[in-house]
Amino acid sequence: MPLIKGDQITEDPWVYADDEDELPSGDVVVHLERWEKDKDSLRSRNGKLGLILRSDQSPELVADDLAAFDLIALDFPAFKDGRAFSYARMLRERFAFEGEIRAVGDVHRDQLFFMHRCGFDAFEVENAAVLQDWLEAAREFTSVYQPALDAKQSVLRLRHHTKKAAE
Amino acid sequence: MYRYDEFDRTIVDERVKQFRGQVARRVSGDLTEEQFRPLRLMNGLYLQLHAYMLRVAVPYGTLSSKQMRMLAHIARKYDKGYGHFTTRQNIQYNWPKLEEVPDLLADLATVEMHAIQTSGNCIRNVTSDQYAGVAAGEIEDPRVYCEIIRQWSTFHPEFSFLPRKFKIAVTASEDDRAAIRVHDIGIQLVKNAAGETGFRFFVGGGLGRTPVVGPEINSFVKKKDLLSYLEAILRVYNQLGRRDNLYKARIKILVRSVGTGEFAEMVDKEWQFIKDGKYDLPQDEIDRIKAYFAPPAYETLPATDATLKDKIEANADFAAWVKRNVAEHKVPGYGIVNISLKPIGGIPGDATAEQMEVVADLAEKYSFDEVRVTHEQNLVLPDVKKSDLFVVWEALSASDMGTSNLGTITDMISCPGLDYCNLANARSIPVAQRISERFADLSRQHDIGDLKVKISGCINACGHHHVGNIGILGVDKKGQEFYQITLGGSATEDASIGKILGPAFSYDEIVDAVEKVVDVYLEHRAPGEAFLGLVDRVGLDPFKEKLYAAH
Ligand code: SF4
Repeated sequence: MPLIKGDQITEDPWVYADDEDELPSGDVVVHLERWEKDKDSLRSRNGKLGLILRSDQSPELVADDLAAFDLIALDFPAFKDGRAFSYARMLRERFAFEGEIRAVGDVHRDQLFFMHRCGFDAFEVENAAVLQDWLEAAREFTSVYQPALDAKQSVLRLRHHTKKAAE
Repeated sequence: MYRYDEFDRTIVDERVKQFRGQVARRVSGDLTEEQFRPLRLMNGLYLQLHAYMLRVAVPYGTLSSKQMRMLAHIARKYDKGYGHFTTRQNIQYNWPKLEEVPDLLADLATVEMHAIQTSGNCIRNVTSDQYAGVAAGEIEDPRVYCEIIRQWSTFHPEFSFLPRKFKIAVTASEDDRAAIRVHDIGIQLVKNAAGETGFRFFVGGGLGRTPVVGPEINSFVKKKDLLSYLEAILRVYNQLGRRDNLYKARIKILVRSVGTGEFAEMVDKEWQFIKDGKYDLPQDEIDRIKAYFAPPAYETLPATDATLKDKIEANADFAAWVKRNVAEHKVPGYGIVNISLKPIGGIPGDATAEQMEVVADLAEKYSFDEVRVTHEQNLVLPDVKKSDLFVVWEALSASDMGTSNLGTITDMISCPGLDYCNLANARSIPVAQRISERFADLSRQHDIGDLKVKISGCINACGHHHVGNIGILGVDKKGQEFYQITLGGSATEDASIGKILGPAFSYDEIVDAVEKVVDVYLEHRAPGEAFLGLVDRVGLDPFKEKLYAAH
């Protein structure tokens, strides 16, 4: 699947591993179940490790293991299922996870803006041709009310900083 | 009232532009209806039985006369000349055309209004006490915090795809006119022992098919923690609220299933992670917003007005209206005028463009330019001098808005029901109209006194029937419209859920049944005893006897 990262379509170096098969070489993403089962061998192999979580699997379940992962993929089984927005924030804010947080599944153009604000920095999309559209969607709003995880200053801060500066 | 600054304006303008693009993609066929649905639902646009319906937010029910005139303009230009005020203090238009909605929204934006988050599984328009700022005994104007919550919740990146819609109400008064305990979150401004003002939080109230009076989860949250505490509640709910069953997805079900104490602990645990940080509400911001809600320039007046007294003595209709529809104002010499949108036989909450303009003019001339929308689907002029009451009443009466029925049996709440809504089992509006006609005689209404009747066309309870003193619920019996009666509900500080009286009545029988309920009340009440008091004292039996004896 095409991957949007850093405002462009990029080559995806990661391979998703099945739960039973021999692991391919290189950077692999495994399910939580496989991680639970094969922790030791996964830790000792060469190549980076990623984890994909279903929307009913909170990152809290792997809170102690996060250092092992360079990527966490969070699944949106349907665009309406917004749990992963909270998971992404939890990963960044509570667990200070600095690797890639990737949105996978039913990812809509009109959600990109919110995802970005919650700490996602990579997005698997169906069709590379829509990139331009997506980038526009992500820039539809220049002001935001809430502090979050993107670089945007919240209106709350802007209001009171500009005021202070003017005083 | 609050005025937009450059940031607020930019956000609303950008939203209009974004939605215009989405509508264009739908009209050109780039988006299917299925793909468009979640987008329009983020912006208050529903597909109803006959047409699109657009719900416009009236934040915490406060409008300026300029905004009210714009609502009239929209009714005329994009609808059939009227609008419908809702139980969420909003206004709905039932006949806009899809291609015109972006222009409609652009018009609204010129008066600092929008339709953002008036539908969808997100945080909806925050509601409040319609007497905010003018009621005696209030701790502070709750709208300051409503506005803060409005801004915080607007396009919240994390909480725009919740398990279900989410409603917050704020009050600052012991008399709860905002029905806070039947909201997902109810917030009451309170003072602690040290004299500081903070917030008492109730969570998990709601109506629908599982009516619940929300329990308290925190008796005092400091002002600076308002947003971090809200974030914590919403974050727990967003992760754990059920998503597998539409009817179990509201926060009330989560609170019930884990237990109030446990839920409060979960929130507290989450809160500890984010407290005292970037979510702290700056005092500067509270002060900035508070300045917009500073009291207007009231004159110093005597508490009683001589001309008013004369007029009351000379005109019995006016006297009845003052008694029924004008409430005590905190400032001597002023009154709070309730404008009834429940004329006898009318559609509850409907107002024509002309009526909206009359109200706008009156607000401008006599009420410091402000109008309120109530969750009981009426309007309020909050600041009218007692000496102006007579002219205001005359103008309202001339436009069919002077009915002295506030709080009486004809001041009903009714959902749109089968006339508009595709979920309905039965009609609601015609039932309301027929009850209204049956009790048309004002002296009879005044003799009955306060009595809240609420009607929903299905179990989703948009007409709040569970908390009506008399609740009426439309049910479907083998394809026929039937109506179940509940008694003893209340949405105020003594919030309670009504009890089902017995088998449902047909469309033809329901009005007689309601009349019999009223007869039992009149027959059994002690002097001055309210309907709820009687139901408490004698239970449902006398009502059952009267209504079902002959069956
Ligand atoms: S209560 Fe039912 S019929 Fe009435 S508006 Fe709500 S969903 Fe429609």
